[in-house]
Amino acid sequence: MPVVSQVTCPVCGSFCDDIEVIVKNNVITDVRNACAIGAAKFLDYANHRSVKPLVRKNGELVEASLDEAIRKSAEILIDATYPILYGWSSTSCEAIRVGLELAEEVGGVIDNTSTICHGPSILSIQDVGISSCTLGQLRHRADLIVYWGCNPWSSHPRHVERYTTFSNGRFQKSTWRAYVSRLGGILSKKRLRRAVNLVLRRDVFATPEISRELPYTMFKKKRKMVVVDVRKTHSADVADYFLQVEPNKDYELLQAFRMLIADEELDVDRVAGVPVETLDEIADVMIGCKLGVIFFGLGLTMTEGKLRNIDAAISLVRDLNRRTKFLIMPMRGHFNVAGANVVFTWQTGYPFAVDFSQGYPQYNPGETSVIDILCRDETDAALVVASDPVAHFPKKAAQNLVKNPLIVIDPQTTPTSLMADVVFPSTFVGIETEGTAYRMDHVPLPLKKIVEPPSNCLSDVEILQRILHEVRRLGSKRK
Amino acid sequence: MPKLKVSLLTGRTVDQGVGKEHGKLSEEYQESVAICHMDPEDIKSLGIRENENVKIITNFGSVVLRLVKSPTAPHPKIVFIPYGPWASLVMNPETHGTGMPSLKGIPAEIEPALEERVSSMLDLLEEHYKRE
Repeated sequence: MPVVSQVTCPVCGSFCDDIEVIVKNNVITDVRNACAIGAAKFLDYANHRSVKPLVRKNGELVEASLDEAIRKSAEILIDATYPILYGWSSTSCEAIRVGLELAEEVGGVIDNTSTICHGPSILSIQDVGISSCTLGQLRHRADLIVYWGCNPWSSHPRHVERYTTFSNGRFQKSTWRAYVSRLGGILSKKRLRRAVNLVLRRDVFATPEISRELPYTMFKKKRKMVVVDVRKTHSADVADYFLQVEPNKDYELLQAFRMLIADEELDVDRVAGVPVETLDEIADVMIGCKLGVIFFGLGLTMTEGKLRNIDAAISLVRDLNRRTKFLIMPMRGHFNVAGANVVFTWQTGYPFAVDFSQGYPQYNPGETSVIDILCRDETDAALVVASDPVAHFPKKAAQNLVKNPLIVIDPQTTPTSLMADVVFPSTFVGIETEGTAYRMDHVPLPLKKIVEPPSNCLSDVEILQRILHEVRRLGSKRK
Repeated sequence: MPKLKVSLLTGRTVDQGVGKEHGKLSEEYQESVAICHMDPEDIKSLGIRENENVKIITNFGSVVLRLVKSPTAPHPKIVFIPYGPWASLVMNPETHGTGMPSLKGIPAEIEPALEERVSSMLDLLEEHYKRE
């Protein structure tokens, strides 16, 4: 049976490149090494795809020829005075490049999903700078891993296994066995307790008080993992220590760590719900490590403070670098959201929220970012590529998006495509089309073509090129 | 009727990730995102049980969701909703000049809604995003 090996997984920012896919008669029958989400993508992508272009006529989406759909899209974009071109994080860099050309041609605003993801992180990195590296470095060398405001177990299921605590690096070994034996110990203790209670018919063990002391594993020289979050996520279950912070108090906690690392005294007993003695001990562990890293997620970018939280986190890493070696990296969501930022930057100078309405690129998040434009109701048309803003934008923004002419390029039927005026079913990048994408640490990797797409289904690149061509043709005719 | 003031979080879950790959109109997707995770003690104080419906109200809208006992408890007064069209109905669109709306730590009220049903995806689109 033909096995396609070293396949990159087009789902999350971890962008695992060790997937094996078994193909029989142009159908994917099995997937190895992938997480639950990756396996679901490879095995189920064909079950809910659309194959014919659709155009809205008399309020209904009806099948249309590709030429008709292309012409209609070009007309919508030419007639609009301030169109939005949004999405881009789940497609290839090649498609993004054509998208930027189209945005410049129609004088619109082009924005990618980092606007509702790590946009504040980018603003902060532009303000403060960042000390970062590739995931390979961390896999081999990092001995203290901090996940702050993120839950890799759910959002990047193989991140811990491939790049951090459970990966076997050259200088740092996996702590998987230690975790399994620790878990075994906890389970046998629970079982013993249940058995004793059943025999004696009373609760002989008092409920243990939650200990604030750091566990002994935090003081060993081997790899350690700390999770900071507002709730005890599954990632926290595999960590050596879980620090529960009160909602919207991350900024205080980060600044408290900065003070402790600078050997200053805190005049309070608790910060963000955590006793200062505990913070002091963790600060010692941070200073004592050989190479530490903070991975941060939307728990910092979406809560109160937004980019200022990231300022504090990066400043904490800068302070720690006076005492030891420390790095920081955002946990990017979609498999090519980093690529979207990279291609945007090399083409326009700016990573997201780029406005071409004046004929040259302008960048001012808060003004030229899609959520703000939609909430102010300033746009009059939109093109959405490989994204689902109706499902994920706040209600007010989504309502203003769907009331204007809307073009969607997406292989799947989504709430956004159901609301569109023109729908192009494209091929799945990384399954039916090859391309390039950037992992969360900005390492570019190739996306493979594994199976043939349905006939007449074009890739995002081809559809965008044809729209661009039609826009130029119609535009020159009108002039 | 008992009401509880809570802080609302949104985020990813493995089920949400798998559900979206099964298709946004699939039952798996709706089952994985039209829910809210709540602390067991909070559920008790509302006087309801798991799998019954609750209504979440913020300054920006309201939504009826199925209640699920949180697998990550204890987190008193914190309610978690996976990303999706249901969560988007109660999110704060204010970006404070950053481009990023506030999708975590939103003050909300939660109350039992035993008589009301959870909207299906198509009903939700029809009700909130209907095109003129």
